[in-house]
Amino acid sequence: MNNTMEVVESHHTDEGAKLGMWLFLFTELLLFGGMFILYSIYRAKHSQEFFLAASELNTFIGTFNTLVLLTSSLTVALSIEAYRRAHKKAAIWLLIATILMGLTFMVNKYIEWTAKIHHGIYPGSAELLSMSDGEMLFFNLYYVMTGLHGLHVVIGVGVLSFMLYFISKKPPEGEKFDKSAAIKLENSGLYWHLVDIIWIFLFPLFYLIS
Amino acid sequence: MLNHAVAGAGYVDENYLEYQGKHKGILGWLLTTDHKRIGLLYMWSILSVFLVAVGIGFVMRLEQLTMGETVVDAQTYNSLFTLHGIIMVFMFIIPGIPAVFGNFIMPIQIGARDVYFPRINLLSWYCWLAGAVLAVIAVFAGSGSPDTGWTFYAPFSSRTGTNVVLALFAAFILGFSSILTGLNFVTTVHRMRAPGMTWFRLPLFVWGLYATAWIQILATPIVGITLLMVVAERVFNVGIFDAAKGGDPILYQHLFWIYSHPAVYIMILPGMGVISDIIPTFAKRTIFGYKAIAYSSLAIAISGSLVWGHHMFVSGQSYLVGVIFSAITFLVAIPSAIKVFNWVATLYKGSIDPQPPLLYSLTFIFLFMIGGFTGVMNGVLNVNVHVHDTYFVVAHFHYVMFGGTGFALFAAMHYWFPKMFGRIFNKKIAHIALAIMFVGFNMLYFTMLTMGYQGMPRRYYDHLPQFHTSHVVATVGSWVLIAGLLLMFWNLFRSIKKGEKVGDNPWGGATLEWQIPSPPPHENFEKIPYVDHEPYEFQKVEAGT
Repeated sequence: MNNTMEVVESHHTDEGAKLGMWLFLFTELLLFGGMFILYSIYRAKHSQEFFLAASELNTFIGTFNTLVLLTSSLTVALSIEAYRRAHKKAAIWLLIATILMGLTFMVNKYIEWTAKIHHGIYPGSAELLSMSDGEMLFFNLYYVMTGLHGLHVVIGVGVLSFMLYFISKKPPEGEKFDKSAAIKLENSGLYWHLVDIIWIFLFPLFYLIS
Repeated sequence: MLNHAVAGAGYVDENYLEYQGKHKGILGWLLTTDHKRIGLLYMWSILSVFLVAVGIGFVMRLEQLTMGETVVDAQTYNSLFTLHGIIMVFMFIIPGIPAVFGNFIMPIQIGARDVYFPRINLLSWYCWLAGAVLAVIAVFAGSGSPDTGWTFYAPFSSRTGTNVVLALFAAFILGFSSILTGLNFVTTVHRMRAPGMTWFRLPLFVWGLYATAWIQILATPIVGITLLMVVAERVFNVGIFDAAKGGDPILYQHLFWIYSHPAVYIMILPGMGVISDIIPTFAKRTIFGYKAIAYSSLAIAISGSLVWGHHMFVSGQSYLVGVIFSAITFLVAIPSAIKVFNWVATLYKGSIDPQPPLLYSLTFIFLFMIGGFTGVMNGVLNVNVHVHDTYFVVAHFHYVMFGGTGFALFAAMHYWFPKMFGRIFNKKIAHIALAIMFVGFNMLYFTMLTMGYQGMPRRYYDHLPQFHTSHVVATVGSWVLIAGLLLMFWNLFRSIKKGEKVGDNPWGGATLEWQIPSPPPHENFEKIPYVDHEPYEFQKVEAGT
């Protein structure tokens, strides 16, 4: 029976869990891919109006949010490395920093959206309906795509908060790190990088084309 | 040669049906992570909704028995075909064979104790259940049952007053369940194969599931986001597919079919895998052209992903695009035909044993060929314009989906029944039920083919006098078909408890699942086997026992 267990365990390596996570990330990319297709088709059709509409967006907040999200990707990567090297305390602080930056991103998003809505630009508003087709599509896509991305940021913050709780309950600093916790943390980090990389594409497509 | 002494006889672990784990009784099923129990959970739930959808089909045919409004009115008829489609496509055929037999059989066939992510496996069943419950709520709650057809075409779907949002969410969640199964299976096939189980020693059923799993992963998210966009149109007044707000409804069709055409290969590939496993067992001969069948599954998966535009020949896409899609559509016929030729060639000079699973498989080949040929006809541009949105199309995809995947599922149910329960059904009744279904099926759908060719449009609740005789024949055919179905299910259901007990390997199968006890023990194998031969080498298995 001992012999058997060894066979099973050699099956269950980190590689499998990571493979599963990567496959899941593929599905996320394709989910956003559908919307990027729509974006490219509509922008090709209405390129002039897209440029016009993009000038309405606040490039400063956009750039700031990009910096915040990029830095948070760095801190989550450092947190994983720290945990692997059994620096639990460092890992936890880096994770807290990541979560705070995720929240900062959402606060900025909130400020940005409310300002737009205040100006009467939101899906189905009279203001928006009076604009040209291209501008309407631009803002509809802007709300749907950054909205879905924002939802992913919220989910990511939730996942990282769970990981914070999870690893804080593991053995204290200096002891041998928990292998299953490490792989969970790494997969959560992969998810956070995905959220980041999608924003890297959203940012220039919406803010920098004017 | 794998070691039968340890893998099979003499191994006395409790079988999975009697196994008592952490949870007892009903919780032992609802909280199980055993792939075999999850397979059965899927089987019961999928067959339940299948019977509901069959009932809906029965009512639709009943309405067509007479002219004018008799059984249901036009709006109810719209809801009925929508529901029939949503249930059959998203809840029955897409999960069907992978979720039931992929779960139950595939891990054993590759020599594993379970799938790689057992808990995600259970989660996928609960996602399926949540989707099913949402769909039920959509039917009965609020502003009326959805009437868009299973395709949810915009802009109608973003404007009709019925409960479309709930139905869209149901389809989205069912898609999520399908994605989870897909990524679980890909990981399992990559990471869990027993020592010596190389890629070309995998049974062809596993190849079919593997190709399917990739399509599930790559195509499902696209339809997911497309359906969510329609939700956004309805809830937040977004207008991506609404021409009044600058959007383009044709783009909805593109995005929808980018998934939903590959989805028909999600439906058929596992069925083809089942047939490729059954035929060698009853011809007692290794499969002809193993690699050709394995690669043709991948070829279908790839070429099938590039043909979605053939659903849109009359939607206003450019003529050139139509020609290209038409040409790629013809290409799909090649790998499909390769499979059919290989199956027939496997039977040639085999010692054929005409047991029920083989006869169900042969019926599959016959019906699938009619479905395939009419599919090529649909792919021809000018013929397509003539038969577009007629019963011809409806009959074509019922030949492929029901005659193909449905009969493959029935073949699988008969083939693996002794494996699942350790008992055998009444073979004579299985033969009679098949004969009745075969007659009823062709009465119903062949009549629909000819009717469609003469111009009977789909989705009408009424018909013109010149179609009346055909409609009567088709409706009577539906009664015969349902009678055969019920007889078959009754025979199987009764035999779970009352069937005659049979040994571990009643069909003399050579793949790994037949080398362990029936029903399988909780852990499948006492010792993970070492595999040193190809999947259909019957001489070696017989020499070993």
